[in-house]
Amino acid sequence: MILDSKSPAGPLAEKWTKHKFNSKLVNPANKRKYDVIVVGTGLAGASAAASLAELGYNVKAFTFHDSPRRAHSIAAQGGINAAKNYQNDGDSVFRLFYDTIKGGDYRARESNVYRLAEVSVSIIDQCVAQGVPFAREYGGLLANRSFGGAQVSRTFYARGQTGQQLLLGAYSALSRQVANGKVKLYPRTEMMDVVVIDGHARGIVTRNVITGEVETHAAHAVLLCTGGYGNVFFLSTNAMGCNVTAAWRAHKRGAYFANPCFTQIHPTCIPVSGDHQSKLTLMSESLRNDGRVWVPKTVETAEKLRKGQIKAAEIKEEDRDYFLERKYPSFGNLVPRDVASRNAKEVCDEGKGVNETGEAVFLDFRDAIKRDTEALIKAKYGNLFDMYQQITGENPYQTPMMIYPAVHYTMGGLWVDYNLMTTVPGLYALGEANFSDHGANRLGASALMQGLADGYFVIPYTLGDYLAQTPPVKVDASHPEFAKVSREVKDRISQLLNIDGKKSVDYFHKKLGKIMWNECGMARTEEGLKKAKADIQALRKEFWSNVKVLGQNEELNQSLEKAHRVADFLELGELMVDDALNRNESCGGHFRVEYQTPEGEALRDDENFAYVAAWKYTGDNKEEELVKEPLAFENVKLTQRSYK
Amino acid sequence: MKLTLKIWRQKNSADTGGFVTYPIDGISKDMSFLEMMDVLNEELTEKNQDPVHFDHDCREGICGTCSLYIDGKPHGPLQTTTCQLHMRSFSDGDTITIEPWRAKAFPVLKDLVVDRSSFDRIIQAGGYVSVNTGGVPDANEIPIPKTMADLAMDAAQCIGCGACVAACKNASAMLFTSAKVSQLALLPQGQIERKTRAEKMVAQMDAEGFGACTNTGACEAECPKGISLTNIARMNREYFSAVMSSENM
Ligand SMILES: Cc1cc2nc3c(=O)[nH]c(=O)nc-3n(C[C@H](O)[C@H](O)[C@H](O)COP(=O)(O)OP(=O)(O)OC[C@H]3O[C@@H](n4cnc5c(N)ncnc54)[C@H](O)[C@@H]3O)c2cc1C
Ligand code: SF4
Ligand code: FES
Repeated sequence: MILDSKSPAGPLAEKWTKHKFNSKLVNPANKRKYDVIVVGTGLAGASAAASLAELGYNVKAFTFHDSPRRAHSIAAQGGINAAKNYQNDGDSVFRLFYDTIKGGDYRARESNVYRLAEVSVSIIDQCVAQGVPFAREYGGLLANRSFGGAQVSRTFYARGQTGQQLLLGAYSALSRQVANGKVKLYPRTEMMDVVVIDGHARGIVTRNVITGEVETHAAHAVLLCTGGYGNVFFLSTNAMGCNVTAAWRAHKRGAYFANPCFTQIHPTCIPVSGDHQSKLTLMSESLRNDGRVWVPKTVETAEKLRKGQIKAAEIKEEDRDYFLERKYPSFGNLVPRDVASRNAKEVCDEGKGVNETGEAVFLDFRDAIKRDTEALIKAKYGNLFDMYQQITGENPYQTPMMIYPAVHYTMGGLWVDYNLMTTVPGLYALGEANFSDHGANRLGASALMQGLADGYFVIPYTLGDYLAQTPPVKVDASHPEFAKVSREVKDRISQLLNIDGKKSVDYFHKKLGKIMWNECGMARTEEGLKKAKADIQALRKEFWSNVKVLGQNEELNQSLEKAHRVADFLELGELMVDDALNRNESCGGHFRVEYQTPEGEALRDDENFAYVAAWKYTGDNKEEELVKEPLAFENVKLTQRSYK
Repeated sequence: MKLTLKIWRQKNSADTGGFVTYPIDGISKDMSFLEMMDVLNEELTEKNQDPVHFDHDCREGICGTCSLYIDGKPHGPLQTTTCQLHMRSFSDGDTITIEPWRAKAFPVLKDLVVDRSSFDRIIQAGGYVSVNTGGVPDANEIPIPKTMADLAMDAAQCIGCGACVAACKNASAMLFTSAKVSQLALLPQGQIERKTRAEKMVAQMDAEGFGACTNTGACEAECPKGISLTNIARMNREYFSAVMSSENM
């Protein structure tokens, strides 16, 4: 079987315009007859819910957070890309498209990526109109910075809190619709399952996190905007609550899961300090604009550093290896994330790591401070430097920062067609929850862009096309399928509460994380992956017989919430391993040690693997079925990515 | 480090609640405060005791979810969020008292978890510019002096944590509300609805049961994002000029 992306025919630059024109419309008076469920109120969900409500649909918006403003999008620091070409430095929609396709190592769908680049310009207009305080030049116009994988300055930012400001913008638009009565908001409500009737998504089952009440909600369409699954690794830069549950339940109800093994390891994170660690902290990629990455040239010097016998500042210029600048002279410290991460791992594996654990490299601002003054560096990155100091207790103005790669983003996700519809009609996936635009590696500042593109500018059109073909009859949760799914949810809750085992939920989560990080992280081998698969199966079995979840359902029960999420991670983990095993090539963030160029770069196999790997669920503890969506490249030439 | 924790335990909003004392050992200085709480919860789970419930998510000081009242101060001894507080701020042998935010408008849900949805309702009352998606001018058609944009950004940094309310003896939400009012009052985009916004948001704030502001400045002193009292002064000006020429009659 081959998946149809429903990408419109015709020249790339005209596809979206034509598609919008050809989409069916719901007339204004009829819009109020349609109910839409939006799960997740991060950038993707809040922007979608607000925009759909403005059009007149009745929206119900769900989040497990206490407020939409808490969504993980709030944590994005660096910025958002847009092809505005305000800098007159040669940017264009086509260049942003090209950079994104190339950055993704030619594993993304051309039509989607082009549309993303095309609507990027409207996003900035929209956010400014909402009052998002982007950084400005003295003349009052918008300022830009550069990000990895691009040679133009196209990143808009609000100090080091771009995600916060964009989310608060979308949240304000959403709040306005809540006040207007067009959005009913369900905070602290977790989606537990999707209800599919006659092949169409018709609602969801939720659990009220405070009371434990299991409820059903019906609608004409369901949008999953539930974020990424990086926490399958336990340690990641994601917020503690990020999870795969909504996407995974949808997967088990028929939505294919695409490219699950495509995960992004971010090069600039604060290194792990000990076993107690609960999460990792990202230092924005924007720091690579001014910071220089290095390790000592020799293992001996590195050893002295690790033992505390010398300090970084004492190491002479000629004894330092600025390895990114040396290997990639044209992109230098601004190579894409996968390349930067892999190189950091490589020098640490050689024994040149600079902290006690041997897993850290320097990110040094000495030269930037000399060139631009400390005050200027402070103005640019002050809050990041403060955060670094708070966490590590060291002053990065005086000693170089130490960084190491950490899990950061998941390019994989629910498979969606050009309309952002999953393989279940009426069920959509937006934002990080889908797989759509970043191929095998996402460029910095492109996730915010994608989330808002999906929510503000894509779904209002594509959802209309579906709803126009759905009769506007009232829906409710009286269909027996709702009762059935709701019972299944309750059964699972009581199952978890009654195992009465010996090990905490975190014990299993940490173990799973270790397996994933070691075997399905920055470097993957056939042997390691096979071992990981067996280990995960064993761990899953142990979980279901030996996990300890205290308390009851009818109360705020954080262990129970976590247990549900970890149970799903234990299934997803195996699928990620399967996907990594299937893909006998290296591309972007997926690095199979067996497939590399003589210089150690990722070696793609376009002949055999220029496809999206979508996985179809076939039953518990059964192998999933691989379904391919071939990728056709009509507008770019597939080349070996080079940032030299 | 060896510590004694005095923690507020409360089963649900109907329960009266009270302090329970827990000894804890083996805490390293590099742990964050919440990681110390994780260790405690693992130990409690081990002993089949209900873990202490507390709100948290990003653990990076930006989502505003964490909210502990530590030794009589919201977010503890430093002017930062609880999740950014590290154990190096404490000493071996310390006794640490941990409570939830206390305010009428923030009812306790369980242990250290409170309901801050009143903040959402204040924003819903007017904390936005009324523009729909699409049909807006090009971003650079609205030039904004850098100094104004920077001031607006200073106010916009509020993370909605509620420490200002917890710090205030009257449980006033003036700092939070004024941060949003200021951000939009400083920007050209916010001018059209300037008057109605201040009035509606202040009215909602009062309706939620937050107390009056008596200018003690406790909120500013405890705000992890350095939101300044000048925002309150600005909101007061906005509010009075609005009621003088009210459009909300
Ligand atoms: C530290 C950090 C920095 C980043 N910096 C940048 C950057 O500078 N530029 C950039 O472009 N990208 C950045 N990213 C990536 C980007 O922030 C995310 O990819 C993006 O914000 C995801 O948005 P989203 O709307 O898809 O999901 P999220 O913001 O994660 O929102 C998910 C929503 O779904 C809800 N939810 C999830 N599951 C359920 C469920 N079962 N039931 C009910 N609700 C549920 C949550 O409550 C939440 O509201 C960064 C990421 C991290 C971790
Ligand atoms: S003003 Fe400060 S203390 Fe109050 S909610 Fe905002 S960030 Fe928190
Ligand atoms: S957990 Fe997000 S601010 Fe503390």
